[in-house]
Amino acid sequence: MKLKTILLGAGATLALAPAALAERGADGHVNVIYSQAPSIMNPYLSSGTKDIEAASLVIEPLIRYDETGAMLPWLVEEVPTLENGGVSEDLMTITYKIKPGLKWSDGTDFTAEDVAFTAEYCMHPEGGCAQLAKFEGVSSVEAVDPLTVKITFSEPKPFPYGPFSGGQGPVIQKAQFAECLGARAPECTDANFMPVGTGPFKVDEFRPNDVISLSANPEYRDPAKPAFATMTFKGGGDAAAAARSVLETGEFDYAWNTQLAPEVLAEMLKGGKGQLVNAFGTLVERIEINMTDPSPSLPEGERSTAAHPHPILSDIRVRQALSMAIDRQLLSDVGYGEAGRPTCNLVPAPEMYASTDNTGCLTWDMEGAKALLEEAGWTDTDGDGIRDKDGMKLSLLYQTSTNAVRQDFQAIIKQWWTELGVETELKNVDGSVFFGGDPGSPDTFQKFYADVEMYANNFDGTDPESYLAMYTCDKAPKPETQWQGENINRFCDPEYDALIAELGKTGELEQRGEIAKRLNDMLTKDSMVIIPLVDRGRLSAHSNTLGGVVLNTWDSELWNAADWYRIK
Amino acid sequence: MLTYTIRRLLIAIPTLLFISLIIFLLLDLAPGDPMAQMPLTVPPEVRQRMREALGLGEPIHMRYLLWLKQFFVIEPLNILDQMLGTDMAGDAQRVISWQTRSPVADIIAQRIPQTLWVVGLAYVLGVAIALPIGILSAYRQYSWFDQLGTFVSMVGFSVPTFFTGVVLIILFAVNLNWFPSIYDTTHRVTDWDSFVFQIRQMVLPVTVLALYNASQISRFMRASMLDNLRQDYVRTARAKGLRERAVVLTHVLRNSMIPVVTVIALGVPTIFGGAIITEQVFKVNGLGQLLITAIQANDIPMVQTLTFIFAVLIVLFNLVADVLYGLLDPRIRYD
Repeated sequence: MKLKTILLGAGATLALAPAALAERGADGHVNVIYSQAPSIMNPYLSSGTKDIEAASLVIEPLIRYDETGAMLPWLVEEVPTLENGGVSEDLMTITYKIKPGLKWSDGTDFTAEDVAFTAEYCMHPEGGCAQLAKFEGVSSVEAVDPLTVKITFSEPKPFPYGPFSGGQGPVIQKAQFAECLGARAPECTDANFMPVGTGPFKVDEFRPNDVISLSANPEYRDPAKPAFATMTFKGGGDAAAAARSVLETGEFDYAWNTQLAPEVLAEMLKGGKGQLVNAFGTLVERIEINMTDPSPSLPEGERSTAAHPHPILSDIRVRQALSMAIDRQLLSDVGYGEAGRPTCNLVPAPEMYASTDNTGCLTWDMEGAKALLEEAGWTDTDGDGIRDKDGMKLSLLYQTSTNAVRQDFQAIIKQWWTELGVETELKNVDGSVFFGGDPGSPDTFQKFYADVEMYANNFDGTDPESYLAMYTCDKAPKPETQWQGENINRFCDPEYDALIAELGKTGELEQRGEIAKRLNDMLTKDSMVIIPLVDRGRLSAHSNTLGGVVLNTWDSELWNAADWYRIK
Repeated sequence: MLTYTIRRLLIAIPTLLFISLIIFLLLDLAPGDPMAQMPLTVPPEVRQRMREALGLGEPIHMRYLLWLKQFFVIEPLNILDQMLGTDMAGDAQRVISWQTRSPVADIIAQRIPQTLWVVGLAYVLGVAIALPIGILSAYRQYSWFDQLGTFVSMVGFSVPTFFTGVVLIILFAVNLNWFPSIYDTTHRVTDWDSFVFQIRQMVLPVTVLALYNASQISRFMRASMLDNLRQDYVRTARAKGLRERAVVLTHVLRNSMIPVVTVIALGVPTIFGGAIITEQVFKVNGLGQLLITAIQANDIPMVQTLTFIFAVLIVLFNLVADVLYGLLDPRIRYD
């Protein structure tokens, strides 16, 4: 009898073994490395990717985006739409139904009050909230009942999913942050470092700019997840060291943004400890054309303003020729390897918004480019290899930020343009100055005291409306606005502005896609004001023993950390 | 000697105030923006609001005076509060880092142990290796030992730490798998095994730094010994029948140590400065890494506070070096 009990017990244990794998914390410890160390766990006080992604392990938004860019109801029952009545007919309100039974990691209930408070926290006039743009047009967020939140906009909002979606819009706990509103926000060090959340992990120790120790959230909604009991989130060093620690030494399980020279990565992969994952989002490396005259001979305050159109680049044929002389495939291979692909689009994704017939620029056509310049009247009359017209040389100043890949691109493109007969002067500016927006500095990308400049930009989430709206006439940086404004090119087309206004009134998603494609084409192939070069993907590395990794460029990379497990 | 020390300390006060002003102005007038690292998707209006929330809207002299008050009054009160359990500082605003929105002093306190362990130990080891090598090299000048010592110290001195560091990582961490390539700052020593782990993770960074420090100091030691070995008093000591050991280790060494002690004392502040490059290479994340990330992020309060602390240490150890001079050499007493 006794023996039989033991045997039965043993049999039962064996039978239960596979189920035991799916238990919370069964897979022990996982190590994650970010080459930039997180400084804070509150995305409302920092918009750095490192901070947003670290925080995404702990605090979560109502809606997440999956790897295709589709919206997933995360803490809510369903994504509100016009069809299911969650978005009102007049596009003025959106109502979320929170999943019942959600708990914060301290055991208290997650309610609509917390969501309403999060909006109050970010929209506080003295807070300096980094995600304020997400709340643009929001007039009120109210908790109708403990599980219902209603957001009201001050004007019709065709894309109402800005607040509380993706890594930039997590809900914070009212009880924890109640005393941290406005100017008091920085005083709440504990809350900013160790927010109470609903996510799969909770913070045990936070060392700013160094390391975070996390453990599984005991209150997480899926009792079987996360598979890992603890996590170390190390920060610092450089991309090469992070990649090495996953691919070669196997000390870490996941390394973020291992963007290195393709041959360096190939060498590291020989270590056999891990693999690379890539995914494409909306980040496009591009050359922006200055439509105004940046000549230093103009008085300060008139340089690079609409008062003086660019003497060379105002002619579309010149812009077209510059684009045709570039072999984008080669650039992509040299600079980004697997993590890049040539593109002619400003909005390369998601599919719904990406223009499909804009592929003309992918063919490298040096002869065609030369012919086009001849046609435009730019010929080399004095035989010095540089084209000229009416006594003016075809000479351009090409600036970008200091960065190894960008300097490679500059050198290669300069070669092509020189062959084309365009004299090209290169300049690079430290990133903190270039992107710094200091109106007193002549070297910012907004001021654009150069003829062409190169950098990368993307948009948050999946809707390109605000991204495309950057190129309206009134957004041009000028002295009167302290050189602030996103329309770097000083592009101005009333037709474009009208189309943007139409996009702002269209709620139907398919129509929005059509308009976005037309806007994209207007900026790229129709006007050549923006010369897209490379669609830059994300490249991360994970060890061969880490399962469940799905790289996502639409949300935090760690969006599905709850599903990660150890491959045994 | 005491009055000299007190006088020097008093002179240090205006010196340091002047240094703090220079640092502040340099940082403030240098181009750069704390919002520069933010993604371009953050609109300019939001950036402007964030800058104002950091206090950047205030005029420059107000910000300087505020920093002085925070650093010299509020921070010391907070330290006293923590030691005595009182609440003298109250709710007064401390020096807040722009990156982390938390008190700068707390982060520095958190970083000091790592830096002291790795960089400090490397310095102590470096000195411990350098002195015997320097003495023996000088005593047996041009012997094979001297030649070898010269060669090693030239290599150690001229090859940068970012190179030796990466070479050691590839050799010992990647190929041989003996030591970790990334330093675990959360590791706590509780028993024998964890102690062994701590030693293992310190081996590579400490080796790199110790080699660098030792090569520098051993050259000083050798040069100073050579100067003294040729002096008349050494011949006198030998002539009166002292044992060779007593001649070298008591008479020559004591006199040769005077300049070397200055060099060693002046090197101590650099320990607190952290080894910026080596810390980055091994991810030790001590004070050096803190400074470099703060510079990259234009976190002015953090950079200002760290560089000022370094300035204080340099002034202080200059004084220490001068006082040690007097102790070692009775002829120099500054009175």
